[in-house]
Amino acid sequence: MAELAAASRPRRRTAALLLAPRVMFGSVVLAALAACAVAAPWLAPHDPLAQDLLYYFLPPFWSEGADPLHPLGTDSLGRDILSRLIHGARAATIVAVVAASLACLLGTALGLAAGFLGGRVDMAISRLVDIWMAFPPVLLSVVLVAVIGTGLAAVVVAIVIVDWTRFCRVVRAEVMVQRAQDYVAAARTLGLSRFRILAGEILPNLVPLLIVLLTLEMGIAVVVEAILSFVGLSVSTDAPTWGGMIAEGRTNVNQAWWLMALPTACIVVTVIALNMLGDGLRRALDPVLRR
Amino acid sequence: MLAVEALVMEIGRGARAERVLRGVSLTLEPGEVVGLVGESGAGKSMIGRVVLGVAPPAARVVSGSVRFFGEDLLAISERRRRALLGAEIALIPQDPMSALNPVLRIERQITDVMRLHLGLGRRAGRARALELLEAVRVANPARVLRQYPHELSGGMRQRVLIAIAFACRPKLIIADEPTTALDVTVQRQVLRLMRDMQRSAGSGVLFISHDLGVVAKLCNRVSVMHAGRVVESGPVADVVERPQHPYTRALLAATPRYDRPAEALVPVPAELSRRLWDEARALDGR
Amino acid sequence: MSPLRYLLTRLALAPPTLLGVAIIAFVVLRVVPGDPIAMMTPPGAIEADVARLRALYGLDRDILTQFAIWIGAVPQGDFGTSISLRADVLGLVAHALPATIELCLMAILIAILAGGSLAVLGAWRRGAVEAAIDAAIAVVQAIPDFLWALILVLAAVLLAGTVDLPISMRVDPRLELDNATRFLLAEHLLRGRFDVVADLLAHIVLPAAALALPLTAVIARVLKASLVEAMAQDYVLMARVKGHSRAAIILGHALRNALVPTVTLTGVQFTFLVGGTVLVEKIFSYPGIGWLAIDAVINRDLPLIQGLVLTFAALFILVNLLVDLSYALLNPRLRHG
Ligand SMILES: Nc1ncnc2c1ncn2[C@@H]1O[C@H](COP(=O)(O)OP(=O)(O)OP(=O)(O)O)[C@@H](O)[C@H]1O
Ligand SMILES: [Mg+2]
Repeated sequence: MAELAAASRPRRRTAALLLAPRVMFGSVVLAALAACAVAAPWLAPHDPLAQDLLYYFLPPFWSEGADPLHPLGTDSLGRDILSRLIHGARAATIVAVVAASLACLLGTALGLAAGFLGGRVDMAISRLVDIWMAFPPVLLSVVLVAVIGTGLAAVVVAIVIVDWTRFCRVVRAEVMVQRAQDYVAAARTLGLSRFRILAGEILPNLVPLLIVLLTLEMGIAVVVEAILSFVGLSVSTDAPTWGGMIAEGRTNVNQAWWLMALPTACIVVTVIALNMLGDGLRRALDPVLRR
Repeated sequence: MLAVEALVMEIGRGARAERVLRGVSLTLEPGEVVGLVGESGAGKSMIGRVVLGVAPPAARVVSGSVRFFGEDLLAISERRRRALLGAEIALIPQDPMSALNPVLRIERQITDVMRLHLGLGRRAGRARALELLEAVRVANPARVLRQYPHELSGGMRQRVLIAIAFACRPKLIIADEPTTALDVTVQRQVLRLMRDMQRSAGSGVLFISHDLGVVAKLCNRVSVMHAGRVVESGPVADVVERPQHPYTRALLAATPRYDRPAEALVPVPAELSRRLWDEARALDGR
Repeated sequence: MSPLRYLLTRLALAPPTLLGVAIIAFVVLRVVPGDPIAMMTPPGAIEADVARLRALYGLDRDILTQFAIWIGAVPQGDFGTSISLRADVLGLVAHALPATIELCLMAILIAILAGGSLAVLGAWRRGAVEAAIDAAIAVVQAIPDFLWALILVLAAVLLAGTVDLPISMRVDPRLELDNATRFLLAEHLLRGRFDVVADLLAHIVLPAAALALPLTAVIARVLKASLVEAMAQDYVLMARVKGHSRAAIILGHALRNALVPTVTLTGVQFTFLVGGTVLVEKIFSYPGIGWLAIDAVINRDLPLIQGLVLTFAALFILVNLLVDLSYALLNPRLRHG
């Protein structure tokens, strides 16, 4: 009886932690973003690129002289801010999901190879990671985009190339730990092949960790995309991105502060939400913390 | 001078509260050395911590009183306690390895208590620190003042801690197993030193130990503790020659003596200890 | 190994590291598509003129020769000529570097003061105050310096009229300056020109705060954890029974011990802070080397990028050395080997 209760307690705690406010908040924001990304053309009230030079710098709804047709106002070329934000969410989501997943794949593959094969492979990969970490990441991604060229794809590639090390280091360390544990030894004595052990025994134990890292990396990717569009290296200027809108807003910040404030707020909320989600998931899934 | 009366203390709250002191009484007069002996977990250190006012945050005094020259130590203000600590009441801790701050020079650790309570300046503090180190027979005191704790041996550190305790000539010193962490030859030197310092300063010492042999040599009176109770107390000679309580007798039989070879020692029977624990817990019900 | 030997070894390792960075940067930058010469010449330029310019900047040779020429000139202080700014790279960097150094030092000062105070406050008043501080730390740390810079620009704009803080440049151009060095803040402070100092401080405080905030959170978190741990040590009990006040114990006995892990982490984070100047200076149009860097990349100004990358790498190495040094100073066990 007592044993049963003790066994179900961790699971119940996991469930409780998954319903914690931080996880809920993060999930809701993420869901809203995903909705914008999928349904941007239908959600946005206007064409995000349509200019209307008669109505530029329209203020948002809460201030004097707002136009109900443009609830969040218009920019210096009279383009609808709300529509641009919604389409910007699309770019942000694509970059976040694709870049983070690819960085996760690359980093995990190399980390698994290093941790599981050891020896020379481990040495080579670890050296590579060390060299990588010596570069300032922002400068590296700026230079990379300059090398690869502009566009969403270039941004994604730059993020993957800069950030795979985050996954690689953690996965390698974790595999080292898990490899030493009993169940791998047990699997070995059962005569399972290396690959079977890797795929069947070690990988499932890494999944919680990877989910957490992936969530955090998505937050980083959103910021990096904004940085690259801010410095004018991301997507061509007319496709709306949050970073691009911030860059335009910065030049007009004294006339129309909300042009810069609205996309900045979008990024800040996204980043905090992803951070909370990652943190909450870590608390719920990380067996070490949970104990 | 010090009067602990019927002190009952619990650790933890509500249903998980556990008694650690079950009505302890003891007294100590100026210049007197009183021993407090008992097995590990008996609550000896806890008494010392209550007197010093540094009991763990989870601890709670249920009833009883602790008086120092008539003043209720359990009720005084934080300010008043800080004025007493270091000046009137001092501690010689058990572990000299961790009780000195690793990043401060010995000089600062000896002088700060005197600068705080005696208002000594830098120079006067230094001169007095040199005197103190000489009194505790540290070789080359001037050098030691400039050193850091990690540069000193365990015995040297314990001498430094004794110097700190006696720095303001306090009336009461709590010595919580001051030699347990040292090896035997050093133990004897340090004990003799403590005795000398105590005599010349005229301080009263509450000497906590689990070694009845050492207590017999050093103390005027002794209280024997078990499971948070004082099971027997009295002048050392009486307790050692005519022990009344079975636990004291068992403890004596477990203590090495000049006339008793080590082979003849009998450890305290586990059965006796268990019976006494049950007895003590039964008292908590009331 | 004695600490001195260790530091000397680290110092000796600096030049090879810099050489490695130079080589990697050189190789990466030569594969940058986009022709710097084409960007500086007007559209209808004559073929022969372009070729002449290309030869002038040595861009017509192969990579190895280019690198040999460049690295051969470096020891004489010749880092080449900036293509976009048409000026000596060393001069440009030397002109902008003091601004960045003052910005970084100001940021680290803010981070240490604010983070340290928060940590001490949290360790001193546990309970509700501590919980509030923990929550604030978590939010501040989640937001990177780039976003902080944007938020602070907005705050300055919205508060204009109440508190007026400039959001671009380093100093008001209308001020009469007769400075001898580019360390404007330090120089005017020493000369007692407090009107200029006030203006410089007003310009530096926002970018410095943007750089400092994430580091503030890190310092506060780590320092608080080590303070709480130190407060449970025997030597703190000893300080209590000597009659010291809680404040005196935290500041005089626990803090020094808690600093050691914090300094190590601050050092690592400080290199991130230096890297962060690239964006923050761009956002606040603050004329330091970070501000130069972004435009240099956009303009494919290879000699300038090359010089800047080396400067950043040298700064990183310097910061790490300083951290090792202060670590040894704080920990007597290391000092005496
Ligand atoms: N911080 C604490 N939290 C909870 N319980 C404690 C704490 N400190 C001591 N105790 C409990 O209080 C009781 C008395 O401990 P105390 O340290 O006084 O024993 P002692 O007689 O000094 O033993 P020793 O000879 O091992 O030093 C023990 O049962 C111990 O478990
Ligand atoms: Mg004890």
